[in-house]
Amino acid sequence: MTTETTASAPTRGFWARMRRTSLGRAFADATGLFGLACVTLIVMLAIFAPWITPYTPDGIDVANRLAGPSSEHLMGTDQLGRDLFSRLLFGARIALMVAVPATLVAALVGSLFGLIAGYFGGVADHAIVLFFDVIRSFPSLLLAIALIALTGPSLVMLVTIIAITSMPSYGRLIRAQTIKAREEEYVTASRALGARPPRIMTVHLLPNVVAPLFIQAAMDIPVVITFEAGLSFLGLGVPPPTPSWGSILREGYSYVRLSPWPIVFGSGFLVVATLGFTFFAESLRDAFDVRLKNEDAG
Amino acid sequence: MLAFTLRRLVTTALTVVLAMALLFVILRLIPGDPARVMLGPRATPGMIESFRERMLLDEPIPVQLGVYLWNIARGDMGQDVLNFMPVSELVFGVLPFTVVLAVSGIGLALLVGIPLGAFSAGHRNSLFDRVTAFLSVAFITTPPFVAGLLLLLIFSVQLGWFPVSGGGSSGDPISQLRHLVLPVLALAIPWVGYIARLVRTSVLEELTKDHVRTAHSKGLDPQRVLYKHALRGALIPTIAVVGVGFGNLLGGTVLIEIIFNRPGLGFLILNAIESRNFPVVQGGLIVAVLFYAIANLLADLSYGLVDPRIRTE
Repeated sequence: MTTETTASAPTRGFWARMRRTSLGRAFADATGLFGLACVTLIVMLAIFAPWITPYTPDGIDVANRLAGPSSEHLMGTDQLGRDLFSRLLFGARIALMVAVPATLVAALVGSLFGLIAGYFGGVADHAIVLFFDVIRSFPSLLLAIALIALTGPSLVMLVTIIAITSMPSYGRLIRAQTIKAREEEYVTASRALGARPPRIMTVHLLPNVVAPLFIQAAMDIPVVITFEAGLSFLGLGVPPPTPSWGSILREGYSYVRLSPWPIVFGSGFLVVATLGFTFFAESLRDAFDVRLKNEDAG
Repeated sequence: MLAFTLRRLVTTALTVVLAMALLFVILRLIPGDPARVMLGPRATPGMIESFRERMLLDEPIPVQLGVYLWNIARGDMGQDVLNFMPVSELVFGVLPFTVVLAVSGIGLALLVGIPLGAFSAGHRNSLFDRVTAFLSVAFITTPPFVAGLLLLLIFSVQLGWFPVSGGGSSGDPISQLRHLVLPVLALAIPWVGYIARLVRTSVLEELTKDHVRTAHSKGLDPQRVLYKHALRGALIPTIAVVGVGFGNLLGGTVLIEIIFNRPGLGFLILNAIESRNFPVVQGGLIVAVLFYAIANLLADLSYGLVDPRIRTE
């Protein structure tokens, strides 16, 4: 979809030069650009939320409960008269505060396991793959629901649980890549020079298997955002009154007969974010031409 | 094929047993007397005593784990803390609702997604293809529960075309069907996107293969080649994705059941969590894991059946 622009592109000028880099190619087509725009918008809104919104997300205005959009309240208010626009902007913060750390932890721990499994093979490999399979044998949302029900909802718990459930996909990816890379000559050379496994893994293997990891992480962020919203919708995510998109939708659902606006704008934000991040990640993937098939190489 | 089937059966059984053991460990990690934790604050001393006896809580942990697994194998998942019904009865009572929902959702998605993907591949880079490609991503990224909320808002609350909640009155198929429409739509939407995209890519890949070229050179009708020869090969990856995605689907049904107030596995588990009725939570999760594992196994086996290369991993 994206790579065809290079052939006929002009050869001079900034944009022409940009288009010849992978990163430039990623955003040369409409969907990539749209994704980039959405992601930038959401990140900016999240960062600058307190300066953009005229209200605090918890400010209650009893006279204006469940109001529709007006010049005063851009997107209306919720059942306590809190400004929806402000809550949704702060919700973007929560979405990113859960998705980014959870994805980072999952990618780090998952690739550590994947490196070990792929490099050493044998018993360690079997044990780790089995461990991944066990985690994957639970429908992840149900596993998360059960764990949170036992421990009580909190931000830290949420990040931990999401990290655990999404770890296997990174692990399997890195494992497959490592199995391929471990037979390369530079690894053999390094081993012959006396390098020990931790050094080989971190200095030699990791940099060579890391590109697909980034793409996978980018693809995962919208999934995690949805996951968090789903849990918060069930009342098992970020505890109230913190404005998460999921909990805004939950409250909107309770008052669906009185006002459509929390659901309309809440799902609007959620869909723009997930759609934007997905287009963004897919353009990256196409541009770098990384194949993300998680099949086992062994 | 036999060796492959056996190997997959063994790995599936192994992961299921380990998943059950993991569930056991998680419940034991909660501080306090396991009997009190499981039975919650309502437990009478008599209940606790009989639970301790049944689960052999005074024995060493490995023995307890063995007993726990043995009980599950016999289909005994304990009792509901509130009304003393056997958990297995509760769980298997609501399971059909979830299965009907999930299977109809996937069915609808396949019915819409496959032709959409094949047609897109046949008209590559046409306007139809581009619009479908964009919509596919939009559908994929719309979480089922958001789709459910919007459908509920528009068609039930605003327009009043469909009932707002419940599973329909039992014994009345029309009412049950009407209750099924919106939940199934919500569940199917992301899958339509997935399947359309997958089928498009695989058909395009298939179109470059020799057998398709041969078919073309024999002078067969291009439409026929596309829909018969290329599509057949393209359906193989679809089976795998549908099977593997079943877990996601199961997660999706939880939220859909809550939104539409429909009886089902997710609804049961979530209500049990709210009343801290852990034997029911545990039983529901066990059945969900089994359900998921069986779906995966079936997908793998059918995959192996159509594509012999898979059998020798």
